[in-house]
Amino acid sequence: MKHPTSETFPQNVQKALGDTTLRQALSTVSATFSQRRRDAVNDVPEWETLREHAHAVKAHTLSCLDEYLRAFATKAEGAGAHIHWASTAEDARQIITSLIKPRGNVAVVKSKSMTTEEIHLNAALETHGIEPVETDLGEWIIQLADEPPSHIIAPAIHKTKRQVSELFEQKLGIEPTDDEKRLTAAAREHLRDVFAQAKVGISGVNFAIAETGSIVIIENEGNARLTTSLPDMHIAVMGIEKVIPRLSDLDVFLRILPRSGTGQALTSYQSIITGPERGEDRIGPRSLHIVVLDNGRSKMLRESATREALACIRCGACLNACPVYQQIGGHAYGAVYAGPIGSIITPQIDGLRVAHHLPFASSLCGACRDVCPVKIDIPNALIHLRQHMVTHGKPIPVVSPARGKTTFRVWRWSMTSDLRYRMATAFARFAQRMGMTKLVGPSRKWGHGRSVPRLAKRGFRQIWESELADDGEHRTK
Amino acid sequence: MGPSSHAPRVSLFVTCLVDQIRPSVGVATVQLLRRLGCDVEFNPKQTCCGQPGFTSGHWGDARAVARHTIEVLEADRSDWIVIPSGSCGAMFHHYEKLFADHPGWLSRAKTVTGKTRELSAFLVDVLEIYDVGARFDGRLTWHDACHGLRDLGIHEQPRQLIRKIAGAEFVETDKCDACCGFGGVFAINYPDISTSMADVKLDVIASADVDVVVSGDVGCLMQLENRAQHRKRPVRTMHLAELLSVPA
Repeated sequence: MKHPTSETFPQNVQKALGDTTLRQALSTVSATFSQRRRDAVNDVPEWETLREHAHAVKAHTLSCLDEYLRAFATKAEGAGAHIHWASTAEDARQIITSLIKPRGNVAVVKSKSMTTEEIHLNAALETHGIEPVETDLGEWIIQLADEPPSHIIAPAIHKTKRQVSELFEQKLGIEPTDDEKRLTAAAREHLRDVFAQAKVGISGVNFAIAETGSIVIIENEGNARLTTSLPDMHIAVMGIEKVIPRLSDLDVFLRILPRSGTGQALTSYQSIITGPERGEDRIGPRSLHIVVLDNGRSKMLRESATREALACIRCGACLNACPVYQQIGGHAYGAVYAGPIGSIITPQIDGLRVAHHLPFASSLCGACRDVCPVKIDIPNALIHLRQHMVTHGKPIPVVSPARGKTTFRVWRWSMTSDLRYRMATAFARFAQRMGMTKLVGPSRKWGHGRSVPRLAKRGFRQIWESELADDGEHRTK
Repeated sequence: MGPSSHAPRVSLFVTCLVDQIRPSVGVATVQLLRRLGCDVEFNPKQTCCGQPGFTSGHWGDARAVARHTIEVLEADRSDWIVIPSGSCGAMFHHYEKLFADHPGWLSRAKTVTGKTRELSAFLVDVLEIYDVGARFDGRLTWHDACHGLRDLGIHEQPRQLIRKIAGAEFVETDKCDACCGFGGVFAINYPDISTSMADVKLDVIASADVDVVVSGDVGCLMQLENRAQHRKRPVRTMHLAELLSVPA
């Protein structure tokens, strides 16, 4: 199935806004998530201190990321893991394919990983006859439906129970039901068999600890633990930004991530994995491969506004809080990472030419910044990207009059002199009287779903000059 | 109010939206401030704070407009610059980013910005007045405009002022701090998302059964009012200045 891209954002938006089932689901789910988050945060009086702390750890790490990455790699290799550096998505796909392919026709399981979504791993493996099975319930649902995730932590958030039931009926032959326990049981039964056969497990990474060379995975379903322990090969895929300096730094993140994401005090499982099996216990996979991915991230390090976005721990709180996301959902963004943070990340991965809508797809209300557990100034980064597009960008299609250079040249001309301001506003009044406003781009766009306001007969400065200025002088004399 | 004995000298930065679309907000601000003993001036050379250019990424143009505004406002001998808008008020604080590489203008911008106050913040934080002696007979709710709320931290001030209005029944509504969908150029770039965001607010406001929705930014009021008109379910909106200027 061909999925929409961010290049067709306006069309994606039309489709989303017309989908009443989707909008109903979004409104319920974002309200529920936001409420759970609020409750979980209110339980922690020192929440602001935790945010400051987490922000500081990330800012420090990103300021000397190369050193921490090298330290992590050395320690991880010392523990028996293999480190693979991938500068692009293609590199990562090749590395992973070449690890699995020589083993022949083996069963592969995956636990939830946005980074593997980012590199479109499943599709690449499928072209080599390898068919990985997603084992996170939400991911598995969208894999069955052949859809991309629509939310960072709840990939199938856009689907209703009825839709899932129809999907399971069609793909697994179960009886239709609206009982989520029966749906989950059907999934569990199916997936247990898959786990039993699996020879390779692919996972993401939430945190990588430089001090110990460990990777940390947090989850609620236990599927990530099975994925990383049952098969004899574990491949973990992580972005370069996942590293944190010390094991003791993990504490703050284990506290803020679940609270921000699902509103839990702690997730059900936290796995800290250091190397493959060793010693007499022989627990865990025989080999552990860690693929460390750049894919546009080191470019983000260069500017402070985008560097900050690398601190993202993928909690999804900014999506739930975003009034734009609440209207259009994740798929409209046409990218793996949706919502406010996605509008910063996607242009770095896909390029601003393709993703040119996304930095503008925000009212800059700042609700995302309020909830971000690592205090990323998302609106600031979006404005930064807009400015970057205007000053450094190759010509980018001007899709709206409020984005074009000419509009702002006229605006500048009118606003930098009192006389010109008066002339421009007098002209605007004349144009409105003559019914010419429909011809003016911004006014036409405003009139799309809104009545167009009449310009006041007399502006404030005229009223001031004729009625108010004198009053003031009399009063103060 | 500071140690000086004279009446606070206030220079009004009226904003281009108020000037052109809803000048009654400017008039109300002048009347209110004079009633409270301020010496109010208005420099007719002023135009726009520069925000549309700043948020659209046209920083060169935004800088030119901001320089004009700084020059106009620093010519005034006022103690304070009062703005009936949280959004334009917040823009003055963004001058720091706009002029980050222009040290001369940066320090001039900082001096001007330091004197600016959004209207409700000026009344409560500077004048320390909560009861402005206003009257309104009816039920009303407050819409937190995003930039006032999140960039300037204005939350309590308007509520404190509204609670003291004689005759007014103030109710908080769900999603009072959710964006109305205006977002300046956003409303023009993506009108469909913008209006569906307004619908969320309008539905909440309708179910609250209020006579009027009050806010501190004309942009939000315009968005809500124009969308409501289009939906043929008009709502009455008032700017805080309009509400407070009616004497008891």
